[in-house]
Parts: sequence; structure tokens; C-alpha cells
Amino acid sequence: MNVTRGFTGRPRAHNTGLPPGQYDAGDDWPVLAAEVTPDLAPADWTFGIDGLVAEPRTWDWEQAHALPASAYEGDIHCVTSWSKFGVRFGGVSLDAFLDTVRPDATATHAVAYSHTGYTTNLPLADLTGGRAWIVWEYDGKPLPAEHGGPARLIVPHLYFWKSAKWIAGLRILDHDEPGFWEQNGYHARGNPWEEQRYSGD
Amino acid sequence: MTETFVPPTAFAVPGRIAVNNRAAATWQTATLTEIRRETPHAATFRFAVPQWTGHLPGQHLMLRLTAEDGYVAQRHYSIASPPGDAGHIELTLDHVEGGEVSGWFHTVARPGDSVEVRGPLSGFFAWPGDRPALLIGAGSGVVPLMSMLRHHRARALDVPLRLLVSARSPEELIYAREYGAETMLVFTRGAPHGVPVGRMAAVHVAPLLAEQPRGGWEAYVCGSNGFAEHASRLLVEAGQPVDRIRIERFG
Repeated sequence: MNVTRGFTGRPRAHNTGLPPGQYDAGDDWPVLAAEVTPDLAPADWTFGIDGLVAEPRTWDWEQAHALPASAYEGDIHCVTSWSKFGVRFGGVSLDAFLDTVRPDATATHAVAYSHTGYTTNLPLADLTGGRAWIVWEYDGKPLPAEHGGPARLIVPHLYFWKSAKWIAGLRILDHDEPGFWEQNGYHARGNPWEEQRYSGD
Repeated sequence: MTETFVPPTAFAVPGRIAVNNRAAATWQTATLTEIRRETPHAATFRFAVPQWTGHLPGQHLMLRLTAEDGYVAQRHYSIASPPGDAGHIELTLDHVEGGEVSGWFHTVARPGDSVEVRGPLSGFFAWPGDRPALLIGAGSGVVPLMSMLRHHRARALDVPLRLLVSARSPEELIYAREYGAETMLVFTRGAPHGVPVGRMAAVHVAPLLAEQPRGGWEAYVCGSNGFAEHASRLLVEAGQPVDRIRIERFG
């Protein structure tokens, strides 16, 4: 351990909800996006799934809202080291979409992509079983554009760069393929509890 | 590796450079050698990092402080120094109110202290010096842009580079002595006598886009989220393509 002279850190209780190297952002919700925030109306938003699936499909705003509502209430963790506790997102479980398109038995991974062209890769297992959502509400209100509104992916058990803003679709694959930040040096999976921040961690 | 999936969308901003994964994953000891005051709230911290593999202007690093009980605090910071400052890097840090890392730097740190760093990180905001660069920054958002300007000067590059800097007042202007003819300053709260006070606006951005260099500008925007939103909108309204705008925000 490489102790820094005179550094004590802020006062802290035993907070088991905080993954290693993270701090509690409290009421802040920093905005981190490398691209221009798009001007995307709900009427122009679509979400599609294609690739290795039995029935590729695209949903528009109304069709997506017709699926059974599902909410996430819990914590989120950003690789830049802030975490945010007890957030509430409303939308639809990704399972509802995937059950419709039926991924092939050979499918192992997905690339999520946004209406801005951002991409991020995920193992299919991280997107199924009630672990991922398409959401359009934050704290009971429409999701703000700078946080990915009208709709974004959330995969809260992974670092938040995996939760693609302005989600446009998933391409289902039988191999892993690095997305935008993964090509820029970030970890392929991004599990905050194992501190998988950068490629090589 | 198979060919990377390109989404069927119009705006994708490609990465700039590949990142050295080994350097990104390895913690190194950085020894503080010098502290230079920039403004009442910002100072530059110079470190000796003998194993530093080098960086490109615009890249950042992760810095880690460790308390005696094993508690660690990690933060991303943009690198202020240009490449070619062999074995040394410089960071310019604002003293953030209640900030546990910036607080340590501004009230405890002294030359001889050591911290840990890993990097350089991210190939997205990097500027290798190859394309005309239109740089827009506010507050400590000028830090990665100054690395680009210093690189441009040190190498005497002839690729066009222009800098728009927004600061609250001349007293809060980081690197005040280093700006030259390539830079336009905008003051939002207080300005020298005869200089207008106000927010960055179309009048500042439009002339730069009217005199497009060959190949067009690659725009780099860095600052708070509010500033980044504002500046990137000005760029788009002035005709800069969204896929030629790179943004680094701090929340």
C-alpha cells in the first residue's frame, strides 16, 4: 500500500454499497458524454434489435410503451469514480424486447448503439434475466436529454458507460466486439465490483 | 478481430488514436517536484514520472491517493503539459469546495510527496497535431487545450490552431501569460477596462467557422457540462458538423 502523506479522505461510514475506488456523488448526477447532445423527439425515437435473432424488430415510442412497465430502483456507478445511490428509472425490461426477437442459441454478445452513433459491447448474459432496461423516466419524470432522453439503456450492475444514452438498438452477435470506449482503452466488461475500468484490469 | 460494427446512424464521432492498454492499466509513482500558482483557485502541480510512456495532447490520467486505513480516492485529470516533457507531467487543478483530492493538493501537498497515476487514458479527445484544431474551453477546461497549444508551439506546427477561452474574470484566467494571437478571450463576470463582459456567443464562434482551413476544423470543447452544452450548440448552429466535435465534460 502506497500511503499518501497527510491524506485522510472525507469522513466515511462503512458503506457496503460503494464499489472499490468509488465515492458517493450525493445529489449530483454528473453528465459525461463525448458527443453533442442530440435533439431527439420521442416521435423520432426508435429501438431495434437485429443480428442473430429469429425475428428482427423495431419498436417506435408507442409500441415500446405498450410493453409491460418495469422499473429499476438502486445504485449506479460511473468509471470516473462517482456512484449514485437509490436512483429510480422507469421503462421496460430488456427481456420483454429480447423475448420478442428470440436470440439464436449461438448468440453470446451484443453491441448497443445510440442515435448518436455511440457503441458499447455487452455479454448477452448481462442484458437478460431482469438486469437491463430501456428507460424513459427518471425519478417519475421524463428522462432529460443530457442524461440520454428520450430513452436510454441501463445496465446498472456494470459501469455506467455501458448504459448507452439515446439508445437506438442492439446488434446480437456470436462474438465480442469492442464499442466506442472499449476501443479507446476501457475494459470490455466493466464490472465495478472488480474495478474493471481499463483494458488490462 | 472481426470488423467493428458501425451503427446505421449519421453522427458517430470516431476515436482518434489507439490507447496503450498496458500503460493504462499500470499504476506508477509520481513525485511532486513543483507547485505553481495560476489563479487564486488553481495551481499547477509538476510531477516526475520516470516510467511515463508519453501521451498526446488532450489525454487524461487517473490519479490515486491512499489514506493510512487503506481508503483510496481516484480522480481523472487532464494532462496540461505537452508530450516531449521527458519523464515529467503537469496537472492544473482547481480547488474544488469540499473536494477531498483537490483539497489535499491545495492544502497539504508539497514537493517531495508522491501519489500514484495510471495512463495516459482515452484516445478520443487526443490531438496528435495532424488536423486544424478549433479549441473551446472554460475555467479549468483549458487544461487539455493548453497541452495542445504548447505542443503546437514546441513543434512549430503549421497546421492551423485557434483557441477560444472563457473565464469569469482576468484574475480567474488560467495560463494568462501564455495566450497569443491564436486565442480569443471571453470574460463572463469581470473584464479589463474597455473589454465587454458576457457569455460566449455566436459572434465569437461564427468568424472562426467562416474562415475554414483546408480540411475543416476538428473542434475540441472542454468545460463544465453547462458550458459544453452551450459551446457545442454554438458550434452546430455555426455549421460545424456534429461528427467533428469532441467534448470533454466535468460534472
